Amino acid sequence: MSARTTTDQQQFTGSMRFLHWLMAAMVLAMLGIGIAMVASLGDYHRLVSIHRPLGILILILVVIRFVNRSLSSLPPFPATMSPEERFAAHASEVLLYTLLLVEPLVGWGMLSAARYPIVLFGSLHLFPILPHSVMLYAVLRRTHTFLAYLLFLAFVAHFGAILFHTLIVRDGMLSRMAPWRVRAR
Amino acid sequence: MEPLEADKDSKTINGSGELLSESAPMDKHRVPLTAGNRFARLAGIGVLLLGVVGAFLYLGAWFSPQQLTPARFVDGFERVNGIKSGFRRNHAKGVCVRGFFDSNGQGARLSKAVVFESGRVPVIGRFSLGGGDPHVTDVLNTVRGLGLQFSLPDGEQWRTAMINLPVFPFKDPQAFYDNLVASQRDPNTHQPDPAKVAAFLASHPETGGALAIIKSRAPSSGFDDAVYYSLNAFRFVNADGASSYVRWTLAPLQPYGAGASQDKNFLFDGLIASIQQHPLQWHLVITVAQPGDPTDNATIQWPEGREQVDVGTLTLDSVESEETSPARDINFDPLVLPAGMAPSNDPLLSARSAVYSQSFTRRAGEMKEPSEITPSEVRK
Repeated sequence: MSARTTTDQQQFTGSMRFLHWLMAAMVLAMLGIGIAMVASLGDYHRLVSIHRPLGILILILVVIRFVNRSLSSLPPFPATMSPEERFAAHASEVLLYTLLLVEPLVGWGMLSAARYPIVLFGSLHLFPILPHSVMLYAVLRRTHTFLAYLLFLAFVAHFGAILFHTLIVRDGMLSRMAPWRVRAR
Repeated sequence: MEPLEADKDSKTINGSGELLSESAPMDKHRVPLTAGNRFARLAGIGVLLLGVVGAFLYLGAWFSPQQLTPARFVDGFERVNGIKSGFRRNHAKGVCVRGFFDSNGQGARLSKAVVFESGRVPVIGRFSLGGGDPHVTDVLNTVRGLGLQFSLPDGEQWRTAMINLPVFPFKDPQAFYDNLVASQRDPNTHQPDPAKVAAFLASHPETGGALAIIKSRAPSSGFDDAVYYSLNAFRFVNADGASSYVRWTLAPLQPYGAGASQDKNFLFDGLIASIQQHPLQWHLVITVAQPGDPTDNATIQWPEGREQVDVGTLTLDSVESEETSPARDINFDPLVLPAGMAPSNDPLLSARSAVYSQSFTRRAGEMKEPSEITPSEVRK
């Protein structure tokens, strides 16, 4: 991920902020649906029917978002951040992007390996991306759960870091990604 | 961390080695937080993060150990039956079949599903006996199952898991689970505890009613002359968008015969002999509900005289051991449905889908042990 910065840019670009908050809502909903559906008998089917197409939508959006990020100029890190913090911020961003890409692919792959029909809605369904193997399915199914918990922890860390910067350090870090426009100070 | 220290010179070099402008988003004029204020804010952050984690775990039923989840349901099967590596947690004993379905086009006015357009689709399936023991002795009164997967030309699938009972003894997943626990056999007497069974029946009058219907007809002599029922109601939607609630049955062309229990595998051996003699056939008959007929209770039959539509003929013409058939690795999830078919409001349906999936996931990762009906048994 490039780190082009301009000297007077305060915020991520409008498209980056839009994609960030759109995907934040979708991914949080997805994590909630995921953990609820595996614990539910009565709502299982309804939730799975949302989980599959929403996962594929997230997969498409994360690709668009990565391309968009690569083409956009980025605001600088706040000067309050130490080199270690900047490294941690960069590493967590790489981790989040990777998980958002890999988790839906694992989901698609595991259904493929089990030869479940991968129904999005109506008669629209996806082709399998892996050979038929129930052992492979079992491994990917466990991986899907593991990555979901990892993604959730990465989200909690991300949320905690931004709360810390906003409420304790008070360096205006949230304004870089704020959905509204922040004027240059 | 000393956030304000770094701000002494606003022309700091940022992480990319570029010069930050003087207008970089920092504020030099904030009043430092008092120790108490800082602590309160940190505590607030902690509470917020714990709340997020707690909400997540709450959704996952971590705080409600009594709530019946798919995993706890399958744990129940494993406690009662033990873990038979690689086998289904219920309907563990089985044999696989192949054939095709010839649709006569009559179903199209009820459902736009491609399977009901005139024509033939390939079918793979599995006959099974209820219970978690893959080597159980065949008994006429044991529930017999037939799982089918129809592969539609547009890549869609229709899977159905049917049994030879006209009604289901349990109205919801909790009742099924409670009966599973209540009828667990005592390790010494090898019989269920009569007091627990009686207590279950007393608190579930619908089960008694369903058992009376089930016992009113002697079970057929084999797999090939049995009627198989969808049990649950489903919702069909036709090309005009009109919905109807339906149940379906497979009515055998093989004549009904009364039988008697014989040796260990007589039901499966009888099926193999029969299918190797001639293809076995069933009519697929859709029963259409009238308004007011219960669609959420599989323990009661719909009244006589409901419209019945014969939508085609299922032919099964080959039989194979689970060890060599891909049907072993199919989860006959009753909610794998093509467009034009949808679940009803029967609470059993979503629960069946969830529990079958849990059973499938567990057995998928296990070593596969030999099936009771081996490849040589089928070739005999």
